[in-house]
Parts: sequence; C-alpha cells; structure tokens
Amino acid sequence: MIVENSEVILSVRDLTADVDGTPILKGLNLEIKAGEIHAIMGPNGSGKSTFSKVLAGHPAYEVTGGEVLYKGQNLFDLEPEERARSGVFLAFQYPLEIPGVSNLDFLRVAYNSKRKHEGLEEVDAFDFDELVQQKLDVVKMRAEFLSRSVNEGFSGGEKKRNEILQMALLEPTLAILDETDSGLDIDALKTVAGGVNQLSKPDNATLLITHYQRLLDYIVPDFVHVMEGGRILTTGGKELALELESRGYDWVREEEMAEVGAS
Amino acid sequence: MSIQVSTPVEELEAAELQAVGLSAAAQKRQDYLAKLLNLAKSKPLDVAGAAWVQALRDQAANLVQEQMFPSTRDEEWRFTDLADLLQVSLQAEGSGAGVTLEAIAPYLLPEAATSRLVFVDGHYAPELSAVDDLPETLLIGNLGRLATDARLQPYLAKQAGAEELFTALNTAGMQDAAVLFAPKNLVVETPIHLLFITTAGSVAKLTLPRTLVIAEPQSALTILEEYVTIGEGTYLTTPVSEIWVSDNAQVHHSRIQRDHASAFHIGKTAVSQERDARYTCNAISLGAQLSRHHLEIYQTGEQTETHLNGLTLIRDAQVGDLHSTIALTQPYGVTRQLQKCIVGDRAHAVFNGKVFVPKLAQQTDAGQLNRNLLLSPKARVDTKPQLEIVADNVKCTHGATVSQLDDDEVFYLQSRGIDAATAQTLLVYAFAYEILDQIPVESLKQSLSAIASQVV
Repeated sequence: MIVENSEVILSVRDLTADVDGTPILKGLNLEIKAGEIHAIMGPNGSGKSTFSKVLAGHPAYEVTGGEVLYKGQNLFDLEPEERARSGVFLAFQYPLEIPGVSNLDFLRVAYNSKRKHEGLEEVDAFDFDELVQQKLDVVKMRAEFLSRSVNEGFSGGEKKRNEILQMALLEPTLAILDETDSGLDIDALKTVAGGVNQLSKPDNATLLITHYQRLLDYIVPDFVHVMEGGRILTTGGKELALELESRGYDWVREEEMAEVGAS
Repeated sequence: MSIQVSTPVEELEAAELQAVGLSAAAQKRQDYLAKLLNLAKSKPLDVAGAAWVQALRDQAANLVQEQMFPSTRDEEWRFTDLADLLQVSLQAEGSGAGVTLEAIAPYLLPEAATSRLVFVDGHYAPELSAVDDLPETLLIGNLGRLATDARLQPYLAKQAGAEELFTALNTAGMQDAAVLFAPKNLVVETPIHLLFITTAGSVAKLTLPRTLVIAEPQSALTILEEYVTIGEGTYLTTPVSEIWVSDNAQVHHSRIQRDHASAFHIGKTAVSQERDARYTCNAISLGAQLSRHHLEIYQTGEQTETHLNGLTLIRDAQVGDLHSTIALTQPYGVTRQLQKCIVGDRAHAVFNGKVFVPKLAQQTDAGQLNRNLLLSPKARVDTKPQLEIVADNVKCTHGATVSQLDDDEVFYLQSRGIDAATAQTLLVYAFAYEILDQIPVESLKQSLSAIASQVV
C-alpha cells in the first residue's frame, strides 16, 4: 500500500556493481517507502538477482559506485549479518541445504541473534517452540519440517515455504524475495504469496524480484520496475506487469532507445 | 654458474651398506625397531603363572624380528611418514606417578560409573576402576586376574592380522589386558568404558594397551574404548583390541583417540564376525601428532552386518590415518562405512579403505563413503578406496569427496543474522555431527561435540 509521508526504507542511487570484474549493475536508482510492495521484472541476465545479493551483502559481488541508504544509514557499512539483524531479509532463489543443522535450531539461532541485536533477552528452546508453531500456519508447514536438517531433502516448494517461515519469524523491515515464485506449482505459489501478503504491514516494505507476471496475480505490487542491462528502464503501476506479459520486454527497450535518441 | 661435484661421506657409507643390503636410512629404522622390541620385551608380565601368555609374547617377538620397520616406500605407509617417530628416544618407564580418581575426573562417564576398567601406562588400575551392578555371568576385568579362565586362551592373540608389525610388537610386550567375555544369550545394556591412560612427561615411553572382547552367540555388548593422556609430552602407544562377535551376537563399539598432541598412536582393532553377527564401530580420532588406526573386519559367517563410522578431526601439523579392511568371505554380508575427516591448518588426513569381496561372498551389499572437509589451503587429504571384487552378484559402492567450507553456505547463515565465525563453527559441527550422533552415550557425545565446535 502507498502511505502518505511514510518513511523511506531503501534509497538506491546510481548503484554499480561487478562480479569477477564484469560490470553487472550500471547505475541503478530506486526508492522504497514503508508500506510499499515493489516488483522488479526483467529478462534473465538483467541484473535482478545481482541487485538482491548486493543488498544482502554477498561477498562475491563488489560494489563499485553509487550508494544505498537503508533507513538513512549507509547499508554497505554493515556486515551481512548486521544487515539481517537490522531488518533486511533476502529470501533466496536457491535456498541452501545444511545437513546436520536442524531447522528448529537454525531458526532459533537466527531469531535470537536478532533479539540480541535489539537488546532483548534471548528466547529459550521451550518458548521458541511455541512461537514457531504459530508461524508455521503462515506457510502451512507441518511441524515435522522443524526436526529435519535445514532444507535437506526438501522439495522446491518446501524450501521456498521455509524461506517465508524464516521471514515470518524475523519480521524484516525490508523483505527481498528473489524469484521466490520460480519453479512453484500453483498451490505452493498461493501458499507462499498468502504468507507474504500476511506479513506485509504499513511499517515494512517488500521487494519482489520475479521473472513471471503470474506472481503478481497473488501479490499485488504498488510499483513495477523493468530492469535491463543493470538499470531500471521504466517504472509503472501493476498494469505494467500485464503489459510486459502480453508484449514482452522488447517494446520497453525500444521506447528507451527512442528516449535516448530524442534527448 | 658453478656445478658442484661432491661425494659426501654419508653417501659412501650408504653405498657400502647397500652392498650388504641396507641403506643407512633403512639401517637406522632397523636399529629403532630393535630398540622398540627390546623395550617391549622388557615390559613385566602382570599375569602371574600364565606360561601361555609368555609363550604368545615370545612368538610375537620372533614375528617382529623378521620384519622391516616401515618407510614411505612401502605402499601401506606411502602417505604416513614415521620419520619423526625415529627422532623420539623412547625409554623404559620409571615407576609411574600415581594417577588419582580426581585427575581422571574429566574422562569419567556417568553412564558407565560402575562399568569401567582403567589402565595406566598398560597396568591395570583397580583403584580407578569400578565394576559393580553388572550381570554376574559377564566376565570383566584384567587378564592378570582372569588368565586362568580357560575360555580366554582360544581367543587371545588369535585374531587374523596378528603378524602385522605393530600388532606383533604389542603382543611381544603384552603386560596385561582388558577382558570382556559375554557368555551365550547375555545382553548387557550398560555401556562398558575401557579407559587407557598414558602418563606423559619428560621421559618418552612406549605403552602397549590391550583389549580382548568376546561376545558369545546372541549376546550383546556396548563398549567405549578411550585413549587419553595425563600430563604433557611425547610417547608412543600401540594399542591392540581383538573383538570376537559370535553367531547372532552384537557389539556396539566406540573408539575415542584423544592422546596428547605430541604423542604417536599406532593402533589396531581386529574384529571377527560369525554368522548373523552385528558389529558397529564409531572411531573418533582427535589427538596425537601422528595417529594411525588399523581397523580390520574379518567375516567368518553368512549374513553379517557391519557399520564403520569414523571421524578424524585434526589441525596444526597433525597426521590422522585410518586404514580399514573389510574382508568378506561369506554370502549376504552388509557393510556400511562412512569416514569423515575435518582437516585444519597444515594437518594431513589419510584414508585407505579396503573391501575384499571374493567369489564366495555373493549377495554382498557393501557401501563405502569418505567425505573430507578441508579448512585451510595447506590442509591435505589422501584418500584411497580399494575394492577388490571377484563375486559377480553383489552391490558395492564407494565414493570420496573433498570440499571446503562453502562461501554460499556461510553467506546463507549470515543473511539470517548469524556472524561469519559462528556460521563456520555451525557448519563444521554439522559435518562432524553425523558421526558423533552415533555414539550411544550422551555425556561422551556432548564432550566430543564441544571439541568439534571449537575447531574453527
């Protein structure tokens, strides 16, 4: 939802970034305010996933220019774990399997690291168990998933639901969902989208990165951005997604070219 | 540029020695072996009036005498260099300082509070041991007291592979032994703790701990065999354990090696399994500057089940070597082996896993996997699965993996608010836990898990 005069959560200005010396982001600008849901769409290789990893602080991505302010603070001053503790959450496109670490322990350690950061007392195993049971409903997960190793042997849909479960527990200020819809069947997509919608509040913001318009039938964005060549080419409302679906990306490119030519 | 041509005196001497058959280096090794054998033979036999044990010692001494001390030119010792051991001047032990119950308190297990045999430098320590509340028919104690029991003689030093150099050395100097004999149908649920302590100090000593376990038909035993050090300093220990698992009997064995970081440990576990026998070994190797474990399974009946779980967790310049042999001879055997190594700093892990499946061993189902985690660019692993399969209707698999901590895994944990150091610890612990989880005694599992959590 668009809220009048709400706080700016994320402000990205002229961001450039490299992977292995190859420039991927080439001057990206974006502003996200509290309460808003933004969607970034774009073809493969446009830099969407790179952008999400840069925001979360993946070490393989090198920021070469521009700035990113998160609630007014320079995001790049923070280690990845500090970003997480202060409310930046990335739902991974490919969540990792961590054999030997139980999902429940993992969730508790993550939850407590955030509590500690906020100056709150850590929650013991007993109280945490109660809390996590409530959150399971958000993503309609069975309790048995908690005793299994993190994502090990989970189906694609189960992994994505587990990501949203983590999000439900950590209650982020900025949730970035990197192709959370890719590879999901329609039931899993509805569950995941339902979870995201439940968690969207006036004081937080969501950034959806997706390849398919289908997700936006279930999570309605306030803004849709089209990304190509490491930049945002154009921005519109939710109707832009429908237009992209029917006309593809080429017309956006052509309009951009025309604009560049005219100026 | 200048080219130096020199003929060092050593080389001439070596050439002369070559003429009589041994290089200088080989001669040095043989001299060392002779010293080792003399030290072993000088060990007092703590078994009064048992001529048959002395006879075993004498036979084994002859076996040692016929052999060469290994070098890295021997295929079996290619990756494990004993050169550093040759620098250690081993001495006959003086009168061992008294070890108190208080001193060994960190190693006592509440689950085995009254089922514990303790040996100090190879001698039985009754004041540290406790064997109450165990079934009366279970024979438990030291060979010194039990040697007159006629049931033991057919088993002691009779396991296959007894001629191997360090096994024979142990027998040649056998002072005493931990003995467990479970008669037919006896199921012992209490885990039995065999604690072997070496007291380390300024004198480098040789210790030869010995264990004999016999599980008669349909009996069941759980054994925790542990090697620890009181004090600091180098020594050589060459323990040998013989385990006999009869028809439909079951032995669950955990072997924990946490010798002092200056120690040399060259040990043997030899197991025979008769028909339908089940044997599990969890071998955890943490200590010693150089450790080697020969783990040998000899199948003597059909349809045996064998589980070998191993964890070698080493750092600094430690060497940790597991040489396992599974010798199947009968049909329907099932074996599962998972050996994991976590190697930090400049440490070096070695795995050699032999599995023999001859013609008679049809319908064998054998799986072997060696997984290695390297924590530093200088860490090293040599892994050698070695399957010899002649039977044509069997299922045998093997695999070996070497990996480092995955940056993406660490990042995933960081992105959930967990700092990088904790993330690495968690991942290493998770790698180790698969093996540690197999240890049936909670207190021991906890203390080993704590060690695994400190490795990064």
